[in-house]
Amino acid sequence: MLFLWGSNARETHPIFFHHVLKGIHNGTKVVSVDPRCTPTAQWAHRYLPIRVGTDIALANAMAREIIDARLANEPFIARATAGFDAYRASLDRYTLAYAERETGIDAGLIREAAHLYARADRAMICWTLGITEHHNAVDNVLSLINLALLTGHVGRYGSGLNPLRGQNNVQGGGDMGAIPNRFVGFQDIRDPEVCETFARAWGVPQKNEYGKTMTQMFEAIEHGEMRSLFVIGENPVQSEADQHKTKHVLSSLDHLVVFDIFMTKTAELADVVLPSAAGWCESEGTVVNSERRVQRIRKALEPPGEARDEIAVLCDLARRLGTDWGELSAEQVWDEVRAMAPAMFGGMSYARLEQEQGLRWPCPDESHPGTMYLHERLWHEPRSGLPAPFSVVEHELPLEQADADYPFVLTTGRRLADYNTGVQSGGFTSPLRRSESLDMHPDDVGRLGFADGQSVRISSRRGSVVAPVRTDPTMQRGLVFMTPHFQDDVRVNELTIDATDPKSGTAEFKACAVKLEPLEVVPERELRAHAGSVGD
Amino acid sequence: MISILPPKAPPRTVEFEIDGIPVRAPEGSTILDACRANAKQVPTLCFLDTLHPVNVCRVCVVEVEGSRVLVPSCSRKVEPGMKVRTDSERVRHSRKMVLEFLDSSVDLSTTPDVADWKAAYGCDSERYGPPAPLAPAGTRDHAHAGHHDAPDPDYRATVAQPVKVDNSLYVRAYEKCILCYKCVEACGTDFQNSFAIGVAGRGFAARISTEFAVALPESACVYCGNCIAVCPTGALMAKPEWDKRADGTWDESRQTQTDTICPYCGVGCTLTLHVQDNEILKATSPFDQTVTRGNLCIKGRFGWQYVQNRRQAEPTA
Repeated sequence: MLFLWGSNARETHPIFFHHVLKGIHNGTKVVSVDPRCTPTAQWAHRYLPIRVGTDIALANAMAREIIDARLANEPFIARATAGFDAYRASLDRYTLAYAERETGIDAGLIREAAHLYARADRAMICWTLGITEHHNAVDNVLSLINLALLTGHVGRYGSGLNPLRGQNNVQGGGDMGAIPNRFVGFQDIRDPEVCETFARAWGVPQKNEYGKTMTQMFEAIEHGEMRSLFVIGENPVQSEADQHKTKHVLSSLDHLVVFDIFMTKTAELADVVLPSAAGWCESEGTVVNSERRVQRIRKALEPPGEARDEIAVLCDLARRLGTDWGELSAEQVWDEVRAMAPAMFGGMSYARLEQEQGLRWPCPDESHPGTMYLHERLWHEPRSGLPAPFSVVEHELPLEQADADYPFVLTTGRRLADYNTGVQSGGFTSPLRRSESLDMHPDDVGRLGFADGQSVRISSRRGSVVAPVRTDPTMQRGLVFMTPHFQDDVRVNELTIDATDPKSGTAEFKACAVKLEPLEVVPERELRAHAGSVGD
Repeated sequence: MISILPPKAPPRTVEFEIDGIPVRAPEGSTILDACRANAKQVPTLCFLDTLHPVNVCRVCVVEVEGSRVLVPSCSRKVEPGMKVRTDSERVRHSRKMVLEFLDSSVDLSTTPDVADWKAAYGCDSERYGPPAPLAPAGTRDHAHAGHHDAPDPDYRATVAQPVKVDNSLYVRAYEKCILCYKCVEACGTDFQNSFAIGVAGRGFAARISTEFAVALPESACVYCGNCIAVCPTGALMAKPEWDKRADGTWDESRQTQTDTICPYCGVGCTLTLHVQDNEILKATSPFDQTVTRGNLCIKGRFGWQYVQNRRQAEPTA
């Protein structure tokens, strides 16, 4: 069986969902947990209509039910895990009745989902941004990991946990060390031995302290501790949760360099813009997908104008800064990755990646076939390596709740034919595309006296935008939905809250409180914006 | 709660004959699999190994000793001691008739290999007379099952009808449709499960149709283009390719095909970019690719235009 938790894979990961559909036709039970009855939920065996941001209440109540019904995998817990007693004790208050109150999901449905999961031969939990775009994102993920440890649904073929990545190289970015606390191959920067290895290989001493997450960088800029910024392939002005604040922070820098394939809203603020080749079709290299498969990207086109290959530009930059790396090919860079993280990538030569449709890490040597699933060691008798820890996590509501002043909860997500801030997907004409709308339950539309298509003002404590109402019976009452796709027309990220998870730096795009007002007189500027909106 | 799945036994080997030569193939494989493994040429139209065989085109038929009728090699499993003939007089005659009937009623000008097969089997579709005049738009869409007009003896009947261009991404030229069902299968339970198209009508009036023949934008279509990917005749075509062919600038000899990875999500679909004059004209995915099995979504198949919009935005000075 398969949990799709906070994931509308039918629209956001359509080809992954083809594999899910094969499973459904073969009898796989799918449970969808989502505040909206999405096209994904419509394919599910059971749909759990969760109130936004109450995932931990649901996961913990399922766990309590699994334990109470004696469905926990006790031999697995005893052999492979740690911290079970503290975890079990922490579940005390998560009764089915409590969970029903908090999540809005019928207690019987929660019980049924818990039993389906625990009794399944093989079960997976896949999640997407519905789990991670919250101020307690890491806790949300830990609550799902707890369920897998409780039932032993991890480390075996057909079982496990999988975050469905939103871009072709989200996984690869972390794998390659483009995160502030790890070198390539998840090697800890604070490990003195690791630091020494990299210092020796690169001939430069390495600080064994963690760098800053993007959120921390923005704070450091605000406090005047960081005065210049090099932004590569990111459009924070339109992708961060609070647009006003982001613009203000970036404008206060002494020096901003943007290296991008587009003249983005962020690039417009830059002192220097370096035009880039499009990584996936104008240069060579690798990306890593959601199944840890390292895949080759290849140059199919010459980049336009002065746009140049990323590696060449970075080598030039290094030369200007006094270090000559020579002319590096993508394969040479990759071979250094293999040399510096041999346990994960050692066996993945370009020749093998070519012949074997990519390889899944770890793949330590040339004779290794790659690894289909992780954590098999948890099934070794006796256990090898450290036990997998349970984590005590508590239910916490999103920072903003609907109240008398802001009576609706706004949540955000993607549509099938569109993508993030629209800079890429806006480039083709899609018969499916319609401009931004405020999706609401028909009862709410009626109660407020709105009509379908009527423009309304949507305001949060941070800003306000105008968008037409769209009646949508898949919505819950009290919840409204918008996308990030049309930021040039409707700046939804002026509404969203810039609360972030202190553990991961992810922003709470999935919940903020808004109020809705009919437009008496439409300001001319906004009318123009509507008239020129994409796609219609 | 947790059971260990019994390991699957490796398939047994079946020994049989193709054209008098003893061959071996794993149990469960088809005659077509065995023919291809032994370098025997067998033409196919409706077959694709990512889809369930529907046995409708009949061009892959072979003769099996002791069988009353010719059998479709794409779905008939090999059996021990079977004697298969792939090029007997009966097989050749059947393929000739099948190809002639198809060629006389359908425009096969963009179907790969058909010209070679027609020559090899001595097809002459002209002997059925000149093609009937083009049916007005909508005539075939609304043909009723069981209702037939008497055929006009001066002409050969065709499935020709005006090309359907009702959206910015696909063109449907049903004059080229051989009713192989591949598009219906790709849109249905084999992959996409959108069920936007099906087979409507019966007999010669049968055609691929949306519900009540509505235009694609009013149908359940989500523009994944997986129907285009499996269409063997060019009846379904992406708009850029259609336009380039129409203005005579489509030139496969000047095109390169480069495999890369789609940028739009973390699934990691292989995109084959078909590039002519430094311009992407088409994106496909290889059928043998474990992630996609040849399928893409609307973003992968059509969403690459932004890369070249940067070119058009370039100052020309």
